[in-house]
Amino acid sequence: MKVTRRTLLGGIAAAATAPIMMPRFALAAEDTIKVGILHSLSGTMAISETTLKDVMLMLIAEQNAKGGVLGKKLEPVVVDPASNWPLFAEKARELISQDHCAVVFGCWTSVSRKSVLPVFKELDNILFYPVQYEGQESERNVFYTGAAPNQQAIPAVDYLMSADGGSVKRWVLEGTDYVYPRTTNKILEAYLKSKGVPAEDIMINYTPFSFSDWQTEVSKIKAFGSAGKKTAVVSTINGDANVPFYKELGNQGIKAEDIPVVAFSVGEEELAGLDTKPLVGHLAAWNYFESIKTPENTTFIDAWHKFTGNPKRVTNDPMEAHYIGFNMWVKAVEKAGTTKADAVIDALPGIKTPNLTGGVSEMLPNHHISKPVYIGEIREDGQFDVVWQTKGLVPGQPWSPYLPESKDLVSDWVTLKCGNYDTVKKVCLGTKA
Amino acid sequence: MAASRLIDRRMGIFLAGLFVLTVAVPVGNLWIAGQPVPTYLVALIGKYLCYALLAVALDLVWGYCGILSLGHGAFFALGGYAMGMYLMREIGARGVYANPVLPDFMVFIGWKHLPWYWLGFDHFWLAAIMVVAVPGALAFVFGWFAFRSRVTGVYLSIITQAMTYALMLAFFRNEMGFGGNNGLTDFKDILGFDLASHETKVGLMMLSAVALAAGLLLARWITTSRLGKVLVCLRDAESRTRFLGYRVEHYKLFIFTVSAMMAGVAGALYVPQVGIINPSEFSTANSIEIVIWVALGGRGTLVGAALGAILVAGAKTLLTGWFPELWLFALGALFVLVTIALPNGVLGALEGGIGRLRRGTPTREAEA
Amino acid sequence: MTFVLRIVVVLLTLAGAQHAGAADFAKLVNALPHGSYHERADVVREIGKTGNPRAVEVLQALANDDLKVMADGTVVIVDDKTGAAVGAVEGASLGTPSADSLTRVRVNNMVRRAIRTATGMLTLRSPDPAKRLAAARDALRSASPDQIEALDAAIGAETDAGVKALLTEARAAAVLKTDAATTEKVAAIRLLEARGDEAARAALSPLATAKDPEIARAVTSALASIAETQRMWRLAQNVWYGLSLGSVLMLAAVGLAITFGVMGVINMAHGELVMLGAYTTFVVQQVIRADAPWLFGWSLAIAAPLAFVVAGAVGIAIERGIVRHLYGRPLETLLATWGVSLILQQAVRTIFGPDNRDVGNPGWMSGAFPLGQMQVTWNRLWILIFAFAVFAALLFVLKRTPIGLQMRAVTQNRAMAANMGIRTGRVDALTFGLGSAIAGLAGVALSQIDNVSPNLGQNYIVDSFMVVVFGGAGNIWGTMAGGFALGIANKFLEPFTGAVLGKIVILVGIILFIQKRPRGLFAVKGRAVEA
Repeated sequence: MKVTRRTLLGGIAAAATAPIMMPRFALAAEDTIKVGILHSLSGTMAISETTLKDVMLMLIAEQNAKGGVLGKKLEPVVVDPASNWPLFAEKARELISQDHCAVVFGCWTSVSRKSVLPVFKELDNILFYPVQYEGQESERNVFYTGAAPNQQAIPAVDYLMSADGGSVKRWVLEGTDYVYPRTTNKILEAYLKSKGVPAEDIMINYTPFSFSDWQTEVSKIKAFGSAGKKTAVVSTINGDANVPFYKELGNQGIKAEDIPVVAFSVGEEELAGLDTKPLVGHLAAWNYFESIKTPENTTFIDAWHKFTGNPKRVTNDPMEAHYIGFNMWVKAVEKAGTTKADAVIDALPGIKTPNLTGGVSEMLPNHHISKPVYIGEIREDGQFDVVWQTKGLVPGQPWSPYLPESKDLVSDWVTLKCGNYDTVKKVCLGTKA
Repeated sequence: MAASRLIDRRMGIFLAGLFVLTVAVPVGNLWIAGQPVPTYLVALIGKYLCYALLAVALDLVWGYCGILSLGHGAFFALGGYAMGMYLMREIGARGVYANPVLPDFMVFIGWKHLPWYWLGFDHFWLAAIMVVAVPGALAFVFGWFAFRSRVTGVYLSIITQAMTYALMLAFFRNEMGFGGNNGLTDFKDILGFDLASHETKVGLMMLSAVALAAGLLLARWITTSRLGKVLVCLRDAESRTRFLGYRVEHYKLFIFTVSAMMAGVAGALYVPQVGIINPSEFSTANSIEIVIWVALGGRGTLVGAALGAILVAGAKTLLTGWFPELWLFALGALFVLVTIALPNGVLGALEGGIGRLRRGTPTREAEA
Repeated sequence: MTFVLRIVVVLLTLAGAQHAGAADFAKLVNALPHGSYHERADVVREIGKTGNPRAVEVLQALANDDLKVMADGTVVIVDDKTGAAVGAVEGASLGTPSADSLTRVRVNNMVRRAIRTATGMLTLRSPDPAKRLAAARDALRSASPDQIEALDAAIGAETDAGVKALLTEARAAAVLKTDAATTEKVAAIRLLEARGDEAARAALSPLATAKDPEIARAVTSALASIAETQRMWRLAQNVWYGLSLGSVLMLAAVGLAITFGVMGVINMAHGELVMLGAYTTFVVQQVIRADAPWLFGWSLAIAAPLAFVVAGAVGIAIERGIVRHLYGRPLETLLATWGVSLILQQAVRTIFGPDNRDVGNPGWMSGAFPLGQMQVTWNRLWILIFAFAVFAALLFVLKRTPIGLQMRAVTQNRAMAANMGIRTGRVDALTFGLGSAIAGLAGVALSQIDNVSPNLGQNYIVDSFMVVVFGGAGNIWGTMAGGFALGIANKFLEPFTGAVLGKIVILVGIILFIQKRPRGLFAVKGRAVEA
């Protein structure tokens, strides 16, 4: 009898573990190249990341229609890390060691990237990270196709300080309390002070995630803005806290003409959930806007509408980052003649592909890319009018020169083979000398 | 006699299974050619075992003492943070800024000195003490106030929830000095063993299995002792127990503190295996999930709680990979169906089924 | 082109604004599409100074993105809806040019600000007092010395006392920017000091460092007195914010006060029922937008009963399908309803997509009105009223109707109620349905201030439980008191501690409070409590 029960329990254990060890839906098609897609499809981040999963599926389908890569078809492997950071690490490991993905496109939040980082280093694979972030990182296995702070935050502040931007003299740095806003605000604070803005003209505020009662904060901004100097708000407010923030701004009658808000995390997709009439004139800084008219962008938008079957689905900046990153990866694989991670990592720097706004982006030796910076004003229809743009492409800079701890650091994976090289001490930090 | 009381049939089978696992996995991963047990699975099993220990800790207070804690995730996370702090200090000068004392995130936010509460965490023994001491102390203080004031039932549940929620918000703050939202990551090694190596992973998994076995036996020992009888008594009729002359709050406080320490150990073993600890471990949803493991496995059975944790976590791993778009439907339906169809949890149903097959009576515990 | 433009601007300035004729107006309007935003703003200012009767129309078209350039370079105003174009300079109809042949004249914030000031000056003598008031307010906000003449004229002609006072203050603000005599400036400072609001502070602040010691002294004392006034008003403002937050908390929690507080079901799906209410509002608005746009102002009034029915029906289904089997095992309701909440969330995500949905605010829900020096936003005010109305209705149902009596009887003593002939099963379903339906109503209100996304419910569930427990489960008065107490406490803490720390303090406060009163603010007394 004991035997019966033990076999029963044992059987259950076996039944429970066996499927984990089987590759998902064994297609037995060994001649495909697997591409991992690691974006949350449920939980708090699903709101932003689901679109990126869709755009990757579209890009892979398009590439397959063109004949795939190295004569093989690409096979997307989608998993749901469910906005749960340890689950990101688990799923990354699954994609690499169980599904044998050649490359992974994924992550949105910094913490999810930090969580999967050791896995990519340990198993030596490639991650393309498509979102603007705080910088202060450059890893061999990660390629950062979103904006570094110098490709978003600093140009935006420059614009507002200019005559066309309204010669702003007083600054509110309003953010959600986590690493990206904290770091960005620190860089901006140092930058503003270097431009002669006195400390009393800078106000920094933080609010929790998903903050929804903005009455006090908005009235604080209003009071700060009535000191007789032109005031602007630099917003690093994250995700779903934005909608109630903008609603409160609109209702308390803060118009863009009086106190403009420039946001780094609000794009076309976020505005789709908002009545944008009261927001006309508020700004956003990105490397891409759907409204920019170029042949590449028109083709991309049409393909996107066709792929999703929804002519109203908007496109946004992180989607473009995936577009660039994916095309770079394809080129690098073709250049290397293999999908082996080491070869592709070595082949990627120097690869150039057209972006969607008419320029040609290049993967730099520091694993960041060169991008143009655009400042857009919100229009009534939820799109942006570009009111300013950089002259050419701006190279991404992971280590901010405005912070004392990183001003001497550079990253170069081609000649120096180091992500954090100290130019003063002439050593690659963190490696045992 | 004592041993048989401690290890009943159910416990025996589970421990035997656990033993087989701790032997088979290392052999399969390290010594058999072709690696029939991939390292990926080792890390996964290790994680499940930590969850199982956490579930046992909760079952001890909920199943045997009637305290429905919706804040056990907090004790787990605190244990994890204590271990994470040690692992951070262990990185030493290998961080990206190569600061020999300060962890990267502190350099990052511009701190010049190590805050006092980080001192000494470069010693493993101190971290090991803190892993149980911090959750234990919090549970003791919290419980001392709550049980003395006779906060019971849902009121207690909700204030434990408030506790973990407040801790989550606090740990989110960068000024706290625990890495804010990013938490503690990028660990290199533990006691000199490289965390990325197969051997370390296998070792940690085996350690988790041992901890789970020890936790189960400790819980079983407590619940089968005289003290355990009092606990069940106060679970079922608190006032009556009090009128019989027992200092109810002392019993509760003891068991709550022990349980929190067990949760802390689970967290400490969890962190090096998943490689990150961040404030979302404090989230209220996580703590509710622990309750669900216990309820699903079978409340008040210890073994059932461990089984429930492994089943739910395993189901999550599989479903998020197989049906990334639809898995929440499946998981939700599972919770609903189990509650309605299997009132005694999976273990209860399993044993009930076997019992009926044998035309025998269910075990005594299953009825309790 | 830029150079030519500069010359045009300079020439016109030299010629003097009053003498600018129709030809100059045409020249300026035709110059609008060219040059940088900075230069465009200069042209806007010049257009304002021409005083041309068509200036307001042209500038407003520019602000609304309706000013376009045809292929041949003619500047036209195009009607948004019909697409009909009229010449910007002379107002003659030019037919309906195709949209492709038109280029929009773009503006940015700086140009918009210039437009606002220019049209403000032009509408100072408008026959509509509301317009004059708005113009006066603009003049105060963007005071500049060259407005004084126009303001003097407007003050002379003004009949409305309120507008006149505001105009005088605007003039004072403008005087401060001139190099007028010290006495005149000090008088202006006194005038603005009496106004005592943020606009006055904005006008005065730059003079705090004035060279003239008398002016500096006057400004410093004026600013201090304004700060004092503002401090008092800020107190009132905090109370109002607290009430508003409290009303939101109460609305979200009051449904839970029934399902959880009265029935003892730990309903983890409560947040998702709130979310269903919000999505019902979204669907109603979608239908209205597509088929009956004139009804938009009524969309919330239509959505509220529908949300009540939808959430109530889902609630009854949950009760009949699941909760019914679990009476006597209250803690297991937590497990089952958690499962339900996952399913509802994912269902909404599958049907409506994972991102935010746009729920608009009808006109009467947008904007704010001043109450003294406070800004009271309409949406918050209406939500407060709505919360009280829901609460009153609920109280009425529970205390004054037969079904309410039955509900109370069943929850107090199920067996005895059954013996008295009450169909307890039906009453359970209705009670749970009522709690759920009220959650749906809360969703309608929350859709006006928060995201409508699948995560909506998750953001409120913890707070709702806190409110119910803090107030004392089983007593809906407690829920009301709990909601408002937590709301006001939160809003008074926030300015000192910041939003994050404030919330932590509140949570710790709740924990400590429960030690003091283990059954919440309004404890239910009696033997049944222990059971």
